[in-house]
Amino acid sequence: MSRVAALACVMLALVACEREHRRFSEVAPASGRPTHVTPQPSPNPAEGNAWAIAQGKQLYEAYNCNGCHANGGGGMGPALMDATWLYGSEPQDVYTSIVEGRPNGMPAFGGRIPDVQVWQLVAYVRSMSGQTRFDVRPARSDHMRVKESEQARRPERPVTAAPSGRP
Amino acid sequence: MSRAAIVVAAVACAACGRMPVLDPGGPQAARIATYWWIVFWLSALILAAVVAFLLHTLAHRRVAAAPASLVEDTRVERRLALGVAAAVGLTALTLVVLLVTSVATGRALRSFGGTDPLTLEVTGYQWWWDVEYWDPVPSQRVRTANEIHIPVGRPVLVKTRSLDVIHSFWVLVLQADRAGTFIGRCAEFCGVQHAHMQLLVIADQPEVFDAWLQAQRRSAVVPTDAFARHGFDLFMTGPCALCHTVLGTPAGGRRGPDLTHLASRRTLAAGTLPNTVGHLAGWIIDPQAQKPGAQMPGNAFGADDLSALLAFLGGLS
Repeated sequence: MSRVAALACVMLALVACEREHRRFSEVAPASGRPTHVTPQPSPNPAEGNAWAIAQGKQLYEAYNCNGCHANGGGGMGPALMDATWLYGSEPQDVYTSIVEGRPNGMPAFGGRIPDVQVWQLVAYVRSMSGQTRFDVRPARSDHMRVKESEQARRPERPVTAAPSGRP
Repeated sequence: MSRAAIVVAAVACAACGRMPVLDPGGPQAARIATYWWIVFWLSALILAAVVAFLLHTLAHRRVAAAPASLVEDTRVERRLALGVAAAVGLTALTLVVLLVTSVATGRALRSFGGTDPLTLEVTGYQWWWDVEYWDPVPSQRVRTANEIHIPVGRPVLVKTRSLDVIHSFWVLVLQADRAGTFIGRCAEFCGVQHAHMQLLVIADQPEVFDAWLQAQRRSAVVPTDAFARHGFDLFMTGPCALCHTVLGTPAGGRRGPDLTHLASRRTLAAGTLPNTVGHLAGWIIDPQAQKPGAQMPGNAFGADDLSALLAFLGGLS
């Protein structure tokens, strides 16, 4: 009986964990009129949240990131799941890439994508190379299987951590 | 008997309200309603018979005397066996009757369609419906959202698909017998806002429908009025254009509903709000207050910018 009670307690504790917490009404400073871009301090609020990363995965297609970066393997744009991080691997670096754009074709999405969604995209992009916690990475794709899931990928250790900001 | 009363009350409730399931508006729905009534009356009959039998036995119960001997009375045994066999036979017969009617109803539903159905492609999203009126000529196709207009008397062929989770397209009218407005909804739990995933089906006379379809084919025009033009610029350079399409403009996002003819629609956010300027303003500023979890993020527009945006959107008829 006590074992059942202990199990119930563990389940209850798991239910209360932050992994799936959904904040719908987040103020979106980057939305509305584009003013000036103020990079947010790390850590990324979406980083440890499975739901936020899953949202990032949906947005990755909705905002046509896959148009250039494909499913992470790259195409017209650089690959996102290889070990090269042209502009740094920290959440802050990826955020800046999305919001300010980068030379050679990466458009600036600042003022178009709300901040909270940018952070979700950042967390998802980092989860592609195992930079986020294992248990919050997406475990499967909604599409035909074209690649292994983010969860199945081994975390990589970024070696080319270039200084953040424009070169 | 109180069970029967509850059933009658439930039926009465089902027939009222905004989604009258027992008031079919087309031949398919009529077939389903007929089948429903067959099941209902058959069940009612059986229930009445069982209750009557129970009452009868209660009224005529006998105090059992101690059995005279342990030897079976073959006459009693045979009578009981006959009774059980008859009950089993009747039950099997009832089930067969229900099975046959069910299969017949299903076949009849499948054979609807006629020679020239109106073809729609309906795509379910969390939590709204994308509707495309199919036409062999791509430029003649019409895309709208959360609202389906159909001509009276013509069968409608709906091709359904979903781009995220499982949805279920439930509309009671797919060939309308009469003009009117009907409500459809998602019938498969699909997330937090499943209850707010409705669509309107508006059945019109064929000439009214043709005029509507013709109007929907038109692209939007860039407003000449300076104020609305400012709203147009906001739409194109701000976050809106990333998700929404307005035909005839650079906005071509497919993440959210097509807004080319937004002002002609009756509801916002898949039947959540009536389409008025005030509701639209509230929806743009803070959708999460109206429909928590919806995929549309809040937008921090200032009052002037918002008014200009609303002026532009109000012109999209």
